[in-house]
Amino acid sequence: MNELLLSRWQFAITSTYHFLFVPLTLGLSILLAIMETLYVRTGNETYKQMTRFWGKLFLINFAMGVVTGIVLEFQFGMNWSEYARFMGDIFGVPLAIEALTSFFLESTFLGIWIFGWDRLSKSLHAATMWVVAIGGNLSALWILAANSFMQQPVGYVLNQGRVELTDFGALVTNGNLLVQYPHVLASGIVTAGFFVLAVSAYHLLRKGRDLELFRRSFRGGLVYALVGTLAIVAVGHLQGQHMIRVQPMKMAAAEALWNSEDPAAFSVFSLIDETQKRDVFAIRIPAVLSFLAHNYFGGMVQGINNLQTDYEKQYGPGNYVPSVAVNYWSFRLMVGAGFLMLLLAVVGMVLVVQKRVEQVPWYLKILMPALALPYLANTTGWMLTEMGRQPWIVFGLQKTADAVSRSITPGMVLVSLIAFTLVYGALMAVDVYLLVKTARRGASGLEEAAA
Amino acid sequence: MDLNTLWFILIGVLFTGFFFLEGFDYGVGILLPWLGKQDLERRIIANSIGPFWDGNEVWLITAGGASFAAFPHFYATLFSGFYLPLLLVLLALIVRGVAFEFRGKDSHPAWRSTWDWMIFVGSALPALLWGVAMANLLLGVPIDASKTYVGGFFNLLNPWALVCGLTTLVGFTLHGALFLRLKTSGAVSERAEAAARMLWLPAIVLLVVALFAGYFVTGVFSRLGAVPILVPVLAGAAGLAAGWFLRRGRAGPAFAMTGATIALSTAALFVGLFPRLMVSSLNPEWSLTITNASSSPYTLRTMTIVAVIFVPLVLLYQAWSYYVFRERVGRESSLKY
Repeated sequence: MNELLLSRWQFAITSTYHFLFVPLTLGLSILLAIMETLYVRTGNETYKQMTRFWGKLFLINFAMGVVTGIVLEFQFGMNWSEYARFMGDIFGVPLAIEALTSFFLESTFLGIWIFGWDRLSKSLHAATMWVVAIGGNLSALWILAANSFMQQPVGYVLNQGRVELTDFGALVTNGNLLVQYPHVLASGIVTAGFFVLAVSAYHLLRKGRDLELFRRSFRGGLVYALVGTLAIVAVGHLQGQHMIRVQPMKMAAAEALWNSEDPAAFSVFSLIDETQKRDVFAIRIPAVLSFLAHNYFGGMVQGINNLQTDYEKQYGPGNYVPSVAVNYWSFRLMVGAGFLMLLLAVVGMVLVVQKRVEQVPWYLKILMPALALPYLANTTGWMLTEMGRQPWIVFGLQKTADAVSRSITPGMVLVSLIAFTLVYGALMAVDVYLLVKTARRGASGLEEAAA
Repeated sequence: MDLNTLWFILIGVLFTGFFFLEGFDYGVGILLPWLGKQDLERRIIANSIGPFWDGNEVWLITAGGASFAAFPHFYATLFSGFYLPLLLVLLALIVRGVAFEFRGKDSHPAWRSTWDWMIFVGSALPALLWGVAMANLLLGVPIDASKTYVGGFFNLLNPWALVCGLTTLVGFTLHGALFLRLKTSGAVSERAEAAARMLWLPAIVLLVVALFAGYFVTGVFSRLGAVPILVPVLAGAAGLAAGWFLRRGRAGPAFAMTGATIALSTAALFVGLFPRLMVSSLNPEWSLTITNASSSPYTLRTMTIVAVIFVPLVLLYQAWSYYVFRERVGRESSLKY
């Protein structure tokens, strides 16, 4: 193991871990702001109880998101300092703007929200949660503007061995950002929706206290989940088409499409032999991939081997094929989880409209393990995004192998990798323990415990 | 003034804000298990910085982000060169951050005391390490012609840097004790004042030694002569004034003076550095400066516009949050942590 491989593992572990907490923060903050606004508008105490109960869960999750986020900002310098030198002129800009415009907003106003229940007027207090929600979701915009440049470099010149920004407007209207940002926002909404559904389903099944509160939460969570999944299917389709244009290799790997095809077939299931670059076994539906790419059943979709030849001509000798198995299976797990969530949301909506959801225990029981689905989709989605870009760290401009710090040794990275893994593992156990305990206790139970 | 100089000052300002605000946060965290005799008192202590600490920590994130954007080579060399100390800082900030949130979520005494000690370690370690790191920027570390750090971990643990680390550790604790004196009521507040009186002497001795020795070991004297000596002298004077007010039981002005000491010491560091950001001990030519480490003029211009608009806004709403929670925290307060 060398420092490159160890640093890649460390970044993968710490960023995946961070993103376990981010989508729930993004989606639930908006939902909390809506709940509290309903309380202010109607004066109905149940909405206040809802805001406080879901707010407790939100805060446990938020703390984990914050502390794991700092690690990422530091790591670009600690482990990837050659990347920081090459990209700082561009990458540092959205990162600094994120801290200055969004993270300050989010953390300061969250502090006011937590401690300000008795100090601010009702409407001002609700407004602080809106500021938190806007700050958090804006923060995602800047981080994704930075990531989008890595997928699709825009508005830059190469000067003396580094990229320099020439057009800030291009950075924030990057085509990749325009599809990636809505995708992440929607994934936040879906995650929050299924989170609320899972916890509410638990309480509806037990028929304990606070039934009215969890009925209302359930309906809200369901609308949220349905809107989110529909949005994600739509934007996911657009993002796929965008990817075929700007990162055709990523899509070819996600489809295990070895050679260019016209019309191209969609893989339902492929067993992949990466060394021989062929399928061991595959079920494909003719022309469907062309349809996904071009909205009609024809048209060329480029394959891995053809792209490899093109890239060698363009960038010189080298291997430009990412791990096909990782991309292929990430893509399928993400899309599969997405459609399963859409199905669950639609079924739930039918049951709610028929007013019989509480008479269908099997559906409520499914919703609890179904909470794994948004997390699976969020994680595999980023695996596809980042692994599909390899061997590049910045597509077409810098390879991951050239980005690692020169002053670090494998021993140092091994120490940090072990330390992060141990601390993160322990904290995950604590976090899950607290979330489960808090969620089970229910709204009245928490108020009593606090009193 | 050119933009490179402006950004050098701005990064100095961000670090000053960070040390001033997180300084008392760290101090409060360090004092928590010692001044809080029972759980209720520890809750009062934790809640005194409850609404603020996360917003204060963003000053660090912003200082890091601004260094990345304005001086990428500085950010790259510093963070990769100081790999192990920064790893410790990160681990400390992780456990400290969740500890505030988690400590109140279970009432078992062992649970609470575990997180309280996490808060202590998570505050003390960065309070020490920031002093060590900042001292090394000025003292100089082995940086080669390609702007790469070529030293090891133990290059950073030289005597002067350790004195500076102890200075920030004890100084931040004093700053935090005065904050607690002002922000809490009852026994906690009284114990905080006693702690401040006890901490002042070691803090001022360390500070004077750090400033005086630094003037010679870092070569600032031979480079700049006696003119910039005014800044560290003012820092020392503010530290003395803090003791004068403290002895008269006036915690408010004493806190303002420890704050001024932090700000002036940070200023002294940056005055000593200018126009360098990180000194190479191998060859002065290889030091990172505001020109050879900087971003392009276009990026600096863009960032200047953003900073001019948003830094005042941040100051405004953070000040408002301190105004909202201006009351002392005591036994009757509704406690969250």
